[in-house]
Parts: sequence; C-alpha cells; structure tokens
Amino acid sequence: MINILIKPTKENLKNFVTIGGFLVFISFIDVLANTFLNLNFTGFLPSKLSFFAPLIIGTIGLYLIRIEYSGNKLLDKINTNFNSNNFNAILSLIVIFALIKYIPPVLNWFFFDANFAGNTKEDCTGSGACWVFVKVWFNRFVYGMYPDTEQWRINSAFIMLFGLVGASFFVPTKLKKYLLIFLIFVYPVIGLKLISGGEFGLKYVETGAWGGLSLTFIVSAFALILCFPVGMFLALGRRSSLPAIRYTSIGFIELWRGVPLITVLFMSAVMFPMFLPDGTYVDKLIRVLIAITLFEAAYMAEVIRGGLQALPKGQYEAAKSLGMGYWRMHFLIILPQALKLVIPGIANTFLALVKDTPLIFVVGLLELAGMVNLAKTNPKWLGMAMEGYVFAGLVFWVICYAMSRYSQNLEKKLSTERN
Amino acid sequence: MNLKNFKLNLSNKNKDLIPQVITVLLLILVIIYFTINAQSNMGNRGISFGFGFLSQESSFDITFSLIDYDGSHSYARAFLVGLLNTILVSAIGIFFATILGVTIGIGRLSQNYLIAKSAEWYVEIFRNIPLILQIFFWYFAALRALPLTVDSINFYDISFLNVKGWYVPRFIWTNFSVFLYSIILAIILIIFLSKYAKKQRDEFGKQLPTLYISLGLLIILPLTTFLAGGVSLSFEIPELEQLSQTVYVYKGGVSIIPELISLALALSMYTATFIAENVRAGILGVNKGQKEAAASIGLTKGQILKLVVMPQALRIIIPPTTNQYLNLTKNSSLAAAIAYPDIVLVFAGTALMQTGRAIEIISITMLTYLSLSLSISVFMNWYNKKMAIKEK
Repeated sequence: MINILIKPTKENLKNFVTIGGFLVFISFIDVLANTFLNLNFTGFLPSKLSFFAPLIIGTIGLYLIRIEYSGNKLLDKINTNFNSNNFNAILSLIVIFALIKYIPPVLNWFFFDANFAGNTKEDCTGSGACWVFVKVWFNRFVYGMYPDTEQWRINSAFIMLFGLVGASFFVPTKLKKYLLIFLIFVYPVIGLKLISGGEFGLKYVETGAWGGLSLTFIVSAFALILCFPVGMFLALGRRSSLPAIRYTSIGFIELWRGVPLITVLFMSAVMFPMFLPDGTYVDKLIRVLIAITLFEAAYMAEVIRGGLQALPKGQYEAAKSLGMGYWRMHFLIILPQALKLVIPGIANTFLALVKDTPLIFVVGLLELAGMVNLAKTNPKWLGMAMEGYVFAGLVFWVICYAMSRYSQNLEKKLSTERN
Repeated sequence: MNLKNFKLNLSNKNKDLIPQVITVLLLILVIIYFTINAQSNMGNRGISFGFGFLSQESSFDITFSLIDYDGSHSYARAFLVGLLNTILVSAIGIFFATILGVTIGIGRLSQNYLIAKSAEWYVEIFRNIPLILQIFFWYFAALRALPLTVDSINFYDISFLNVKGWYVPRFIWTNFSVFLYSIILAIILIIFLSKYAKKQRDEFGKQLPTLYISLGLLIILPLTTFLAGGVSLSFEIPELEQLSQTVYVYKGGVSIIPELISLALALSMYTATFIAENVRAGILGVNKGQKEAAASIGLTKGQILKLVVMPQALRIIIPPTTNQYLNLTKNSSLAAAIAYPDIVLVFAGTALMQTGRAIEIISITMLTYLSLSLSISVFMNWYNKKMAIKEK
C-alpha cells in the first residue's frame, strides 16, 4: 500500500490522477478563495504553514500525477510542460498562484475601478487609476506646448510621412528609388518648415513650444536619417587602409561611445555655444539633433563595421577584379550585402535612439516623458504620477515592441542562404 | 596637359596621401576655429581657461556621500564624492542585474512553459520601456506610495522601509583590518589550492574536492579571527525618534535614500533583460553535439554543465555582458533626472552652475566616463584574447 502511494505508476493511473488532481484542485480553490472571497480555509494552521499550504498540497498533487507515458495525451502534455520534476512543479505553482493573486488587483486598478469620465481631479472617486488625467492632458502629451489652432500642421506633416512610407510599398520598383530620395532629402525640409512655420503665411512656432509624442518622433526620425550616412562613412573610415583617416574615425567613434548621452546633451547645451563666434545662436533643437546624431552615428558605425567584417574576402576581391574602384565597390557590392547582414543591429540602434529621446529634457525640451513630468507637478493634478508614467510607458512600449517585431520579420524576409 | 594625363601621373602613394592630408587639415582647422572662438568668448565673460577652480571651496552640500564632505571642501572633493556615488550605484546595479539576468536567461530556456513565458515577457516588457521612464516610475510613483516614517514597513525590527528611504543596521567593526587580511589570506590559499589540485589532476588523475575546501577556507579563516583575532562586530539598529508632535525620524543605522533605491532598481531590472538575452544566446550557442558527446563519454549532468557547456557558453556570454556593464555605468548618469548626487549632477550640474566653467567641467566629466569605458574595453580585449579558442 505504502509502496503504491510513494511511487505513482501507470498501473494505478486512475487512482493517482484522481487523488493528485483533487489535491491540485484544492490548492487552487484555496488560493482563489483567499484572493477573491477573503476566506482562509487553512486558518487553523500556524500562519507560516497556512501561507504555504496550497503550495505544499499542490506539489504533492503534482507529484502524484507525474506518470511518464501514461497514454493520456493531456496528462502527458501537462507533465512535460509544467511538471517534469519537483522543482518545476513548485515553480509552476508559484507562477500560477502569483498570477491569480496579483493580476486581479492590477486589472482592477487599471480598468475596473478606474475613472474615465469627468474633467477634473475631483471626478476621480473610484479606487483605481484616474485616466481623466491622461484624457485632459492628452493634447499636451501629444503636441507639447504647440498652439492648439496650429496643430493641424503637425498632423499633416505626419500624415504626409505615413502616406509616403505607405506609398513606397505599392509603387513600382522604378519609382521607388525617387520616392526614397524624396523621403530622405526633400521631405525633412518640407516637414520641418511646415511645423516650424515662419514662411508661406504660416505662423512661426518656436522650437521651445514643440513637445510631447510628436517631438519624440521628430527627434528620432531626424536623428535616424542623419546618423545613417554619418555612421556609414565612419565605418568605412575605420576600415580604411589610410592611417590618418582610420585613426580619426577610431578616435571619433570611441569618444562618443565612451560617454553617456546625457553628458553629450549637456555639452551641446552649455559647452557648444562657447565654441561658436560670439552672437551666433543655434536653435536648441538643432543642437540637440546634432548631438544625438553624432552620438548614434558612432554606434551605427560599429554596427555597420560588424557587417563589413562579416563579409567574405572574396566579395572584395571579386569586385576589384571587375575593375571597380573603392566607392563603386563599396556602394554596389559591399554595403548592400553588409547592411542586410546587420539589420537587427540597425534596428536595435534605432530602438535605443527612440528610448533615448526622453533625455532631451536636460536641455529643456519636453517630449512625452517630460510632459508627464510637467503635468504631474501641476497643482490641480498632484498625485497623478502613476497614471502618467504608466501611460507614457505603454505608449513607448507599443512603439518599441512593434519596431522590434518588425525588424525580426524583416530579418527573416531578407535572410539569404548565407548564415 | 589635360586632366586625364594628370590623373594618370599620380602615383599610388600620392593617391593615398591626398585624402589623409585633407582630413588632417580639416581637423586642425576645426580645432583652431573652436579654440579661437572659445578664447574670445571666455575673454568677453572675463574667465580664463584653467583648472585652478578645483581647489576652491565648493560651498554647496551633497545629500548623499560615502566620504566626509560638506560645503567647506573643495570642488575636487565634490567631484570625488560624485564619482564614488556613480561607482556605488553602478556596482549595486551590476550585482543585481547579473543575478537577475542569469536567472531570467536560464529561465527562458526552461522546459517549464510557464517559466519560459514569464521570463520572455519580463524581457519584452522591461527592454522596451525607456530606462528614464522606469527610473521616474520607481522614484515618483512606486516609492512615493510607501508609508510615512511612523508607519514604516518593518523587517524583523532591524530594518525599516518608508517614503524617506530604507534604514538598515550599520556594521560596527573592531579590528576590521584583521578580518580583511584573513579574507585576503583565504583567497591566496584558494589560488594555491586550485593550482595544486590542477597539478594533482594532471599528473596523478586525482580529483580533489576543491569547491568544498575553498568554501571551508573562506568561512573558517574569517570566523577564527572572531574567536582569536580580537575582531568583533556589532550592529547599530535604526531607531524611531519623535522630533515633534508629527515629525518622526530614524536615528542611527544607515539610511539608503530613495533616489539610490529607485536608480539601482531601474538600472538592474533594465540591464537584466539584455544580460538575460546574452546568457540565452550563449547557452544556445553551444553545439548540441557537444552535450551529446560529453554525455556519451559518461559525464554526469552537472559535469556536462560545468566542464563542457559553461566554458564554451561563457566565451559567448562574457564580451557582450561586459558591454552591458559598461552601458549600465553610463546609464547611471540618468541619476541627474531624479537628483541622485552622481558625478553628472554634482559636477556637471551644481559645480558648473556655480563656476560657469563649462569647457573644463564638461571635459573632465566626459574624460572620466571615457577612461572608465576605455579601461573596461581594454580589459575585455585582454579577456577575449585569453578565452579565444587556441587551435593547435
């Protein structure tokens, strides 16, 4: 009898599964009752033991149903995925219990007890999150201090961008090249002029008023477009056979990679004006863009260099044997292959760039995170930090997660047989 | 002479020389231009370039310092305080990021579906939220929700957590140096032991239980100093003190300020995601055949992990992980956003505002980080060379 109890076997499958399943069921019921009904079935035990009771009961139950090759598909699946040994059984139970215990309060705060209606802090009477705060400040979170009546300009600039990018998927290959050139060289100028104004009868809006999520996009998009060619030339420079160019590139790359972005931004804010002739004023946003571009270009250079190094030597030799010069060889043969190899790296650099944009608060520019910081110190909305940061975190998370997924797909699509 | 002929006349050497000369000339020109501008700008403002200000009295206070510091000390000392604070938060962050990262990296490869999924979601969530937002979240939202000083969360009556920070007992040592020497002695003995054990293994095929002996040495030697060396340790436990009707403070013990807690939390949780990915890649990078080969010659599971998988996985894991340590150290500069007195806040912030010496102070700050990074990368290159597969 004892022997049967200790070692579950296939012969007594039914008994063991019944007993074990019942014990696991009990442990779940205990935790559920504890969480939702505030009942404690094991209250008669000492407090520590009562706390661990469901875990112990559940582990015993899982031990009893751990029967290899039982013939039951469901049971085998459970055993291989959740219950392969005692340690795994305990871990599984802890994860499940923690989910049962902590998901409901989070959901309650986030959704069921949250407040959505109203316009002031006083409208938030529930115990959950006060999404009224986000609703009221939403305009500021997206556009910063940009004047309300002019916001169509930002919208149209972004719609134009999305339209162009979307169009590039559908136009015939011949036109694609021109569209890309337009997107990289002409569009930034049009977009900037549209948003900053000052010409064509548009009201001038100083860059200090720009902000919110739109600024996040503006900064990251410009820095990406600009840092790519700079990084490419730095990468080529670092692999150059000419010592002066090689050492200049190495010095430049290592300088920017060795310092934190925040000090670079400090430099652009307080040190850079000292290096310009007296009286010249470079706009804050431009200075920040230059700083971020140089910083990210150094990282981009290292990523591209990785791709250049990974290419087999034969590619260089083949290009040379066709009589190609340095530039033709690199632009027609080497770089297209090298860039394809490092798409994940480029995507990671861009992700890092997007995640770094909140740092521009050090020069007084407020994108999304900065606007949340500002809004939560508003006397009418004190104590809303949690809502603000959760909202900003969600927005950034969605952007970054989508981008990393897209890059993974791209990598799969572009991967050729060489790997 | 037409242009085509001229081009042909260029020898290979000259062809190489021209772009280099242009680069160097451009570089020199830019530097000269900046220097002239900087000189005239500083002349206009009546300041001269120099590092003499470092010995002047700083006359500002720093909220958290590992060494003795107040307003009467010099700017150089304020710099040192900031640097030590940076190193402190980086060291704490690296310690916890490594533990968390390795755990989650192994968790991602677990056969247990729940564990693998939880680890994956941890990585996806914390990697894709900007670090600065995470710091803000912990500092302004999560830690602000802690109870007030009177209703602190009590950990067994020795340590207390409240909105003002975390109060832990202070260690009071007598004859600490003896204790320290005993640990150093133990480490030296362990090094000799491992050398001896290796020799025994190579020459006589004997396996010594090195791990247990080393652990024993590391515990027993310092313990004996307590019994015989006159070393003793006592704790100063923080105590609640009422200053007025509503004002309470904890006296004694060590107070860990919330800035440090939130910064260390955010840094380690964020960096752990990257370390986890490195660990996962490293373990996956070891060829399956290696494990099978090891199993086929009769090694146990533990031996396979220790002798076959880990040495190869570490070769893949360590270089990118050192890079993450470096990133963590650089990211600790975000401390400035929540007023943790690190080198950026103290030196590039307060000291710069007071002295107005932008060029000197920013250069010193950047040079500090640069030398930190370069020394780590030099170490990394050395390590890489040492660990690289030596083909015979």
